Amino acid sequence: MSEANEGMDVGYVAHLARIDLTSEETALFQGQLNQVLQYVEQLNELDVEGVEPMAHAIPVYNVLRKDELGLSLDHADVVANAPSSSDGHIRVPKIIDQ
Amino acid sequence: MKYEATIGLETHVMQKTNTKMFCSCKCEYGAEPNIHVCPVCLGYPGALPVMNEKAIELCCKAGMLLGCEINPYSKWDRKNYFYPDMAKNYQITQADEPLCLGGQVTVEVEGEMKTFTLERIHQEENAAKNTHIAGASLVDYNRAGTALMEIVSNPCMSSAADALAYMAAVKQIMQYGGISNCDQEKGQMRSDVNVSVRPVGQKELGSKVEIKNMNSFAFIKEAIEYEIDRQTALIESGGSVVQETRGYDPDRGETFTQRTKENAHDYRYFPEPDLMPVKVAAEQLEQWRSELPEMPAPRRDRYVAELGLPEYDAGVLTADKATADWFERAMLHTKNAKAVSNFIMGEMMRLLSEQDMIISESKVTPEKLAEIIALIDAKTISTGAGKQVFEAIFNEGGEPKAIIEAKGLAQVSDDSALDGWADEAIANNPKPVEEYKAGNAASINFLMGQVMKASRGKANPGAVMQMLKQKLDA
Repeated sequence: MSEANEGMDVGYVAHLARIDLTSEETALFQGQLNQVLQYVEQLNELDVEGVEPMAHAIPVYNVLRKDELGLSLDHADVVANAPSSSDGHIRVPKIIDQ
Repeated sequence: MKYEATIGLETHVMQKTNTKMFCSCKCEYGAEPNIHVCPVCLGYPGALPVMNEKAIELCCKAGMLLGCEINPYSKWDRKNYFYPDMAKNYQITQADEPLCLGGQVTVEVEGEMKTFTLERIHQEENAAKNTHIAGASLVDYNRAGTALMEIVSNPCMSSAADALAYMAAVKQIMQYGGISNCDQEKGQMRSDVNVSVRPVGQKELGSKVEIKNMNSFAFIKEAIEYEIDRQTALIESGGSVVQETRGYDPDRGETFTQRTKENAHDYRYFPEPDLMPVKVAAEQLEQWRSELPEMPAPRRDRYVAELGLPEYDAGVLTADKATADWFERAMLHTKNAKAVSNFIMGEMMRLLSEQDMIISESKVTPEKLAEIIALIDAKTISTGAGKQVFEAIFNEGGEPKAIIEAKGLAQVSDDSALDGWADEAIANNPKPVEEYKAGNAASINFLMGQVMKASRGKANPGAVMQMLKQKLDA
């Protein structure tokens, strides 16, 4: 929870989430999110010595399915749902760097 | 000053499943775009992923074949990034608890046996395929969400030769184990290569450069060699290597900067809330272990020790599982392992490569090859005629005996026919005859050639030789 201690870099997090914020919004959320983090920070008061970290709250494992074919979506519906398409592909603004 | 390179590989292998990793859409290469897609692999809101049990099995089997420890508990994480090849804006992967831990591959590199160690193998999902056109990019999500394993080696290699030998060995083991077809042209096996250079004797590694996403052995070799030279020259000229991600441009034979450390992605990994962890029970592991096929290395040793094949032959035959299986089926019908090996390495591989076929498509079956070999061993036909029969069956199908009859390939050992040809050869070539009689034993080969020519290759060479000697030595 080092971010809470140092305060959250809302500008950076907004960039990662590809959200444009005005400087007023950034300041507003900065305060609100810091409060949220401080609230969660209370968990650090608990002694968790010897408690295994868990990925889920309920002890359920191996939720598996057989390697069997199911239904896929209709191609026309998929393409219709995209803002732009071309030759059956979803068309997006040019991307190069990955 | 002398420098040494350190190389590590992250090898992505697409598993051989019918359906995708977390949904039941079909895995099919080359299908019409965006036909094998559903709310899960398109990242529609509210869709929930469910693990494909076959993929988990194949990943664990891959781990067992590569000597990994199978993690009794593994979990899933989200790797967050914005790129249209992942419609969810995250890739499901395994960050801190992968399915397989450790492992190693032992392989011969330029005559020396080397062991390369693995850090881990984790399961993840594949991204969609992008095609770039003028002013736009086109995305096909058929590949998005298919099962993909990442085999991560330690930085334990020191040359392009090491890296290639390692990749070839991993590929062979994956193919043998039925884990993946590893067809590099179809992108079923791709590697990211980490390369760093340091002065010999320096303890800490140099700054590493990652070269992304290469599927061809030739390009990997070129990229590593280029990168070692580039980094060495940079350090020697007093500069320093910048930690970055580079791409390889095969046309120019160079690597180029893609992304520097400063603008590296921040993936913000966190546990995947939609998927429960995986626990692999010991009994399950034992079951899977019992299903693993024999690997190439022990198979190679067995061919040498039990069948008396040269190391070279054993290596070629076991290089690919289908070929080794074919060889073993032929061996059920003959004891002449060397003859089977010669036919596979010679005629079979030549014809398969000329006609761009795979061994399972050959019209020459293991049984038919065994029959051809039996006919050669019985001296019914010559080895040369055997090759003709092989090629005829390969192209047209048919039975060896019928082809021998139709083409008149049966060998002539009959004295009366040979007698005439031998007399003729002796009469027409006084000079070699003289030389032979004067003590030049090799001259008889010329006469032998004349008889073979007269018989149009059908004379039994052994019988001809015997007859010529009889006549000349008399």
